[in-house]
Amino acid sequence: MADTPDTFKGRRWHDMGGDAAGPVPTEQHDFHLWEKRVDALMILCSGKGHFTVDGLRRVLEDMGPDAFETMTYYERWIAAVNQNLIEAGVYTTAELGARMSDIAARGPTYGEASVG
Amino acid sequence: MPHDHHDHLSPSGHPYRVDDDHPLTYWQQMEIAVRELLIEKGVTTAAEIATQIDAMDARSPANGAAVVARAWIDPAFRADLLADGSAASQAMGFDVGPMKLIAVENTADIHNVIVCTLCSCYPRNLLGLPPDWYKSRAYRSRTVKEPRKVLAEFGVTLPDHMTVRVHDSTADMRYIVIPARPSGTEGWPAADLATLVTRDSMIGTGLAKLPDA
Amino acid sequence: MVERTYMRVRADMPPGHVRTPAYLRGKTGWVERTLGPFPNPEALAYRQPAEPHPVMRLRFTMAEVWGADAERPTDTIDAEIYAHWLEQAEPPYAP
Repeated sequence: MADTPDTFKGRRWHDMGGDAAGPVPTEQHDFHLWEKRVDALMILCSGKGHFTVDGLRRVLEDMGPDAFETMTYYERWIAAVNQNLIEAGVYTTAELGARMSDIAARGPTYGEASVG
Repeated sequence: MPHDHHDHLSPSGHPYRVDDDHPLTYWQQMEIAVRELLIEKGVTTAAEIATQIDAMDARSPANGAAVVARAWIDPAFRADLLADGSAASQAMGFDVGPMKLIAVENTADIHNVIVCTLCSCYPRNLLGLPPDWYKSRAYRSRTVKEPRKVLAEFGVTLPDHMTVRVHDSTADMRYIVIPARPSGTEGWPAADLATLVTRDSMIGTGLAKLPDA
Repeated sequence: MVERTYMRVRADMPPGHVRTPAYLRGKTGWVERTLGPFPNPEALAYRQPAEPHPVMRLRFTMAEVWGADAERPTDTIDAEIYAHWLEQAEPPYAP
């Protein structure tokens, strides 16, 4: 807006109501198994009180606009779920790192790396 | 996407499963690790995760359509739905979980449309997971400023006398639109009416289908 | 005509997690309904004890929010705003 007051400075990237943008995209993708698992982990862990939806949103917002443009929806969500679980003390960064390395060594595809 | 060899074996001899035959990404690695750690720590179980996925898969716009169709034919239910969307949906047997729902009704003069400018809040317990466009920058940015242009992109052009009421899901409530009931459906049973109620008509980016469409 | 209660959204611009959209800050709307109380998301986001706050569903005209840029001045936007973001206000125009 032409008369944007100085107080409007400080608006954050995710707070996008009113921005100019192109046509609404119509492409639709089906959700992959790993994406559904991220969704399930988010629902289950928030339901059990390990974090709140606002805790997830805070991490997603702090990830910044580059993440919004370059990562998919569930990539951002697993990052936010993980960050919140570490903050909650459910597991440590070291445990996560070691497990991710183990998983990568199992095979080059999701099907081979995910034994569950 | 290479979906042409689901019935074959991977190089390591394991059968491929749907979408499993792509190179492992960093974020998939993280999902597997988080899931395994949560199971080992006793936070959840593989069965609980599978049950949750099944529950999410079972939710679809058909649930919302059943609610809308009943509101069209049952004045007492319509009143209940407008007074407390969650309670009325639950009374119909839908698992609304912790969702707090507000139903807003289209009339001859009012057209409602739902958006979440800050993230992508959606009545997933009643409609399933949101379409990709609902989460897009374009939809989130423009709907509060130029809803009529956005609606036109969805093929909805409203008469001049109608008022557009945009609902930004900024906090604790989720929203469903009760679209206007198409004329020519008098006497239809609820199950037939529900086939006219599209997902987009319950977000407000569409109208209910016409009976002969 | 039912008397409307008008509220103005504070124009504050703090950093961090808040659920008050910037495009509504400094704008005046009327109370469509009162909700809650709900725990303050600004505390929940940082794992802090969250006091319950009333939440107002405010209705704003496009004219109030976008001024001369409004697509249709009489169309409206509803949003849920936590009470600590709101101040009593006079109608911004003849209702």
